[in-house]
Amino acid sequence: MKLNYRLIRKIKNQLFMLVIFLSAALVLIPLFLVIKYVFQEGASSLSLSFFTELPKPVGEVGGGMMHAILGTMYIVLLGALIAVPIGITCGIYLCEFSKSKLSKTLKLTVDLMSGIPSIVIGIFAYLMVVVPLKSFSALAGGVALSIIMLPIIIKTSEEILKLVPNHIREAGLALGLPRWKVILFIILKGSISNLLTGIILAISRAAGETAPLLFTAFGNMYLSFDLKKPMATLPVQIYTYAISPFKDWQRQAWAGAFVLMVLILTMNLFARFLLNKIKDKKGF
Amino acid sequence: MSNIEMKEKVILEAKNLEAWFGDFQAVKGINVSYGEKTINAIIGPSGCGKSTYLRCLNRIHEEIEGTKVHGEVLLEGKNIYDKKIDVVDVRKRIGMVFQKPNPFPSMSILDNVVIGLRLQGITKRSTLMETAESCLKKAALWEEVKDKLNSLGTSLSGGQQQRLCIARALAINPPVLLMDEPTSALDPIATAKIEELMNEIKRDYTVIIVTHNMQQAARISDYTSFFVYGKMIEHGLSSDIFTNPKEKQTEDYISGRFG
Repeated sequence: MKLNYRLIRKIKNQLFMLVIFLSAALVLIPLFLVIKYVFQEGASSLSLSFFTELPKPVGEVGGGMMHAILGTMYIVLLGALIAVPIGITCGIYLCEFSKSKLSKTLKLTVDLMSGIPSIVIGIFAYLMVVVPLKSFSALAGGVALSIIMLPIIIKTSEEILKLVPNHIREAGLALGLPRWKVILFIILKGSISNLLTGIILAISRAAGETAPLLFTAFGNMYLSFDLKKPMATLPVQIYTYAISPFKDWQRQAWAGAFVLMVLILTMNLFARFLLNKIKDKKGF
Repeated sequence: MSNIEMKEKVILEAKNLEAWFGDFQAVKGINVSYGEKTINAIIGPSGCGKSTYLRCLNRIHEEIEGTKVHGEVLLEGKNIYDKKIDVVDVRKRIGMVFQKPNPFPSMSILDNVVIGLRLQGITKRSTLMETAESCLKKAALWEEVKDKLNSLGTSLSGGQQQRLCIARALAINPPVLLMDEPTSALDPIATAKIEELMNEIKRDYTVIIVTHNMQQAARISDYTSFFVYGKMIEHGLSSDIFTNPKEKQTEDYISGRFG
């Protein structure tokens, strides 16, 4: 009887372990499959010309996505240029004046913002930028991506600045420094690498977005750096090529997916590496 | 209770000083004068409001939300709570060292000392270097760090960090220095070093120090105040307070019967 009881307990324990293990595996399997599949298909279609050449006319074999790779960098950078200053200042506000009414509204808005479907953000940028300017443009794409980045940057910078203990602030104030100097030159300066991590994470998230770019930056088949003209981006280019009927384009779409994924994974890993380095240093 | 004869010139004076956290009154009607270039200790049981009182003297108490202060603090005769007075100027003249060593993170030893001056707009390298050297010497840290001024302030030991914080506070040259239990997080050797340097800086500065350690108060201070429940029970020459206290409560506390 006693032995039996023990056995049942052991089996229950094992069963529970199995369930936990399986759920963990269940999450990992699709991820690995995606990575494996994209690597397989993408790496084999990759060549130097993919990075250095523009698309060839339909029917001609070869060509590359140089314009889309550069376009993605351009538009993501543009988005970051808009989102980073606003995001960090909002983060400072949320952290330093957390009890104010505006702060509570802002917090709620940021939470809601991160839940808005990216296609809706695309439509918003279309209405705000594309319609008044009467043209799809890199600018509109940048604005759309900046809206994607904003909540991430605000949230991370708030959390990071909250990590700075209050006695550091007080030490600055006790030196007879005005509050803004304490925030800017002591708190912000001390957290700069942490903030950078948040920014990289936001950028890597925005770089992979397709929906907000579909009717903002739109895409094209040539190299352009004109802010007011449509511009190609990797996600949109992949989308266009993948649904085309041409074998060669579909192959290039795989290569594009591969490049985009490597780009984003590298950024993510780099951010994580930075974060670990900071934790090791134990600044605070 | 507190008006004793003092041979020194008065530099800082509290008049009917009261402080609150929300509805809780932590400091109740303090009246006291501090003489120039003296060391003044504040002792009392935990939670007696001595730290809060100290934090009212450089207006850092008001940085906590929901707090308020009534009464006056006169620095060389001028009320620092006057509406016309800029709080930033007050804190330039009344420095502070905190309980926990808190050098600024990701800043070098040198930067930690001169950051106050630098952010006040003094950028001349020779001036900054001179100040750093003289302040680190006053804080008895120069010999230990002179070869590694560019390493991180947080890489120092706890006792060294606290002396770095003292140097940082001295760098803006405040006539009054507040110290909030500066040695409570340190071992006896580090504590002895700080007590030693306090005797040195007394020549140029007025020091007001909150301490839990009565032996420390007796060793280093010229005057001592005894606080209980936000009230100042007794204030006088340290030699009198520790040998011949006037109040029964003080006697009970220093003899270890209460607190």
